Amino acid sequence: MSQPSPAAKALIEDTIGLRCSPSSTVDCAIARADAVGAGQEHLNIFVSTDTADARRHAAATAAMLGDQTPALLCGVPVSIKDNIATTTLTTSCGSRILEGYVSPYEATVVTKLRAAGAIPFGKTNMDEFAMGSSTENSAYGPTRNPLAHDRVPGGSSGGSAAAVAAGIVPIALGSETGGSVRQPAAFCGIVGVKPTYGRVSRFGLVAFASSLDHIGVLGATVDDAARGLHVIAGHDSRDSTSVDCEVPEYYNAHAFPLKGMVVGRPKEYFPENLDARIRALCDASLERLRGLGAEIRDVSLPHTELAIPVYYIIAPAEASSNLARFDGVRYGLRIEGDGLRGMYEATRSNGFGAEVTRRILLGTYVLSAGYYDAYYRKAQQVRTLIARDFSTVFASGVDVLFTPTAPTTAFKIGAISDPYEMYMSDIFTVTANLAGVPAMSQPIGRVDGLPVGGQFIAAHFNEMKMFTAAYALEHALGSEVHV
Amino acid sequence: MTTARMLDDWEMVVGLEVHVQLKTRTKIFCACATNFGAAPNVNTCPVCLALPGALPVLNAHAVELAARAALAINCTVNPTSVFARKNYFYPDSPKGYQISQFDKPLATGGFIDIGHRADGSPIRICVTRVHMEEDAGKSIHDRFAEVSAIDLNRSGTPLIEIVSEPDIRSAEEAGAYLRVLKQILEYIEVSDVNMEEGSLRVDANVSARRRGETTLGTKAEVKNLNSFSGVERALEVEFSRQVALLSAGGRVEQQTMLWDERANEVRPSRTKEGSHDYRYFPEPDLPALILSTDWINKQRDDLPELPAQRRARFASEYGLGAYDIDVLTAGPRLAEYFEAVARAHGDPKVAANWVMGEVLGQLKATGQGLDSFNVRPADLAQLLDLVRDGVVSHTAGKQIFNHMLATGGLPSEIAVREGLIKVDDDAQLAAWLDEVLAELPAEAKRFRKGETKLQGVLIGATMKKSKGRADPKKLAQLLGKLAE
Amino acid sequence: MAITIEDVRHIAALARLGMTDERATVIVGELNTILSHMDALSQVKTEGVQEAIGVGARGLPTRSDSGPPMPLERALHTFAPSVREGFLLVPRLSTHESPADA
Ligand SMILES: [Mg+2]
Ligand SMILES: [Zn+2]
Repeated sequence: MSQPSPAAKALIEDTIGLRCSPSSTVDCAIARADAVGAGQEHLNIFVSTDTADARRHAAATAAMLGDQTPALLCGVPVSIKDNIATTTLTTSCGSRILEGYVSPYEATVVTKLRAAGAIPFGKTNMDEFAMGSSTENSAYGPTRNPLAHDRVPGGSSGGSAAAVAAGIVPIALGSETGGSVRQPAAFCGIVGVKPTYGRVSRFGLVAFASSLDHIGVLGATVDDAARGLHVIAGHDSRDSTSVDCEVPEYYNAHAFPLKGMVVGRPKEYFPENLDARIRALCDASLERLRGLGAEIRDVSLPHTELAIPVYYIIAPAEASSNLARFDGVRYGLRIEGDGLRGMYEATRSNGFGAEVTRRILLGTYVLSAGYYDAYYRKAQQVRTLIARDFSTVFASGVDVLFTPTAPTTAFKIGAISDPYEMYMSDIFTVTANLAGVPAMSQPIGRVDGLPVGGQFIAAHFNEMKMFTAAYALEHALGSEVHV
Repeated sequence: MTTARMLDDWEMVVGLEVHVQLKTRTKIFCACATNFGAAPNVNTCPVCLALPGALPVLNAHAVELAARAALAINCTVNPTSVFARKNYFYPDSPKGYQISQFDKPLATGGFIDIGHRADGSPIRICVTRVHMEEDAGKSIHDRFAEVSAIDLNRSGTPLIEIVSEPDIRSAEEAGAYLRVLKQILEYIEVSDVNMEEGSLRVDANVSARRRGETTLGTKAEVKNLNSFSGVERALEVEFSRQVALLSAGGRVEQQTMLWDERANEVRPSRTKEGSHDYRYFPEPDLPALILSTDWINKQRDDLPELPAQRRARFASEYGLGAYDIDVLTAGPRLAEYFEAVARAHGDPKVAANWVMGEVLGQLKATGQGLDSFNVRPADLAQLLDLVRDGVVSHTAGKQIFNHMLATGGLPSEIAVREGLIKVDDDAQLAAWLDEVLAELPAEAKRFRKGETKLQGVLIGATMKKSKGRADPKKLAQLLGKLAE
Repeated sequence: MAITIEDVRHIAALARLGMTDERATVIVGELNTILSHMDALSQVKTEGVQEAIGVGARGLPTRSDSGPPMPLERALHTFAPSVREGFLLVPRLSTHESPADA
């Protein structure tokens, strides 16, 4: 049985020290993928892989070796969610409507990864257009949780989470609009980070809900996630919402003291009906942080309960517009029908799955004449109140918040059929997308052998504090998190 | 009662929506070229093809041109404006939405003065708003059988939409509004404003009401207008249609009418009203556009002299008549040309006459523009000096001008080379005069007998013989002696 | 504000999503369930609260009016469903067919 991928740090050092070659690293990843059954018939982690392509990228990385300044992800294989534009593998967004589509241009984050010596390794499965929390909504079939094959890996970045959890790659790119990186990280027992809105360029990320979309990083460890984020972060003139502010070395956050840091415990994230064992694990983690010199403070984010309604108005509204470009004219699926209108309707109703159709209709409705004020405008106002909740706590001296990442552990494939029940699995994560603040999930223990994630949330552009706390907690919990 | 009488009882109420293409090198949200005539879909990129994952970035120069235009028609440029998505499906709109501006446009509250009413009161048309948006691509329906062809080269060309209040009361006023607007936009050089080439497009909202009424009637939108005269005719036709309906007790339907230039009629488009629901919402890919007061003021200060100001100045500074001013200020280039000549020569009236006569005549005849015109203002001014100072006769001046047109040479050199310097030496003049008298014995005889009205004939003939060089005053004196 | 089958047909038409009556009926139920959870918002006082638009309160960055555009690694005709002589092809439209009819 082949070994799980080493951590990014070790791979980088070994690659630069010429103790292992990019091509052998790729061979290990390929062997590992075969060993865990990453293929469609089993875990179904990837929408597209191409060993020849991976080896070409490895050769490119090898060619960089010997340069004075060692690239920051030199020799690290990185899997990429299938909604991020790559020019050699598909960008199909888990949808029929983009089946086999290969982008003629490359996303900024992928260019940055390659420039840093990373080796793009496969496009990972996802809920169609990132709409879902279980990766069951993929046109290419559900991805299975590597830790419990009858369960979901979470979603929508389920393929990326599974690729890391299965030990194929130490780092994978995901995207989230309401928690699609953090929730699968929690379900798969790995680390998932969503940076501040504007910290990472969205150019080349196929849009779901532009004002909520973020590219995030999944890593086997806090350090893997920190290194991945450091490489893809930074200003991009191709994204008008990208922010021009200096990117700290997140992977050095462990050097900063936890002592004296104020960790907020927002009561709205620990409701009466929260699973007692998840609550216990969170409180245990908070105790560890206290033990390390952090001050634990009870705080309140009063508008939290409104996050799901707000999210499920704004996200579908933006999605209904963002997905209008899939019309069978310039790329992707086209099914002829009666005239132009017939072609549009045949193409779109056959190309989109049930959940995408549902959200396009919902979004079209809340934007349509007569309903805009009651739904969209109202939601954008309440969104402001939710964002204010965060700025108020952080202004009060709280450095980071700590909460459960998800209300449950990974559920069984097919267990949740009611759309709204599925939406509720984002209840603790959507708030950070609505406010644009950085947040990350890391494993804090297990319930019935299934991973539980704990979430740190920080103020805008304060990823460093978040990583400092995460490094410390990861170190304190050690291997407990896996039992 | 006659249609004419019927129309008298009714008032036309019109508001115009004018789309103007801005003269930028690249598109409004991507770096593709805006030039015409490229092969289909060649000027496209991930952004204007709406490829999955591509994002818009605003062209700074488009904002400058849009603000300049808004300020030139007296609008307030808003410190904060917001781009919005106008959602609709059409193959030449690749994203499935047009990036435009909706409830927070770039500029609001302007006006354009288009002339005076019979009673002398000024006709002022208010401008509701000026907003920025992107142009669509082109759908070509007659290129192939069975299918329509889409060319996205134009998709993403920067536009401003100028929306007027329903202040226009006649087809003539509509025409005047458009001509004044076009002239202003030409002066500030934001657009080619060419309706034939589609860089200026007009839609009209037309309604009719009984004279004296103050409330607005139901309006119809008239589209497919492709010339100023077409606009005027379409308005008359649509107005009569509505008046006929209303005075027969019917009611006007709120709908889109299409103008048919050839048939000289309007036809309802197939669009079901209410089937439009554009679901506008703020464009999440573009934060609010924030313009500082300093920046806005600078754009205002940098505006060139506008047509109205220039007309006033030409009246006060050069004492020209209304007609001359209208002709000379029609376009910025001609006005600048005239001023250069007038300043260098010193006599604006003479300069005006030559520019309106010789120069304009030549331009009209050849259809060329001033940029490619052979006669530089300074040279024309020198020619006018030569005529004024009597170095060459007026007739010779015209001949010299024709040489300048051909060769672009200096008038003084041409005058010498062509021997057109005025001759006032009596001997030479007498010699020419004798020849003429010999050639026209009858006239000579009658003149000597005192038929002085023949002087003109004789002087003319002598001027001819001298190739325009003879000094007519002196000839007159010499003839005068003969008559005694 | 309960959604009716007519609403669903209207928005499906706006969104260019072909839909059988059976499907439309199911959607009516689903959307109404979802929207019932949204009514919580109507209780919230939001007078004078700014809408959270233009996420970058820093304002809108602009680019200079110059090229070149981002190149395509593969030409349009290699990925477009229907191309002839460089044009994208769509089912024939009448000359003045308006977006609402398309
Ligand atoms: Mg418009
Ligand atoms: Zn372009």
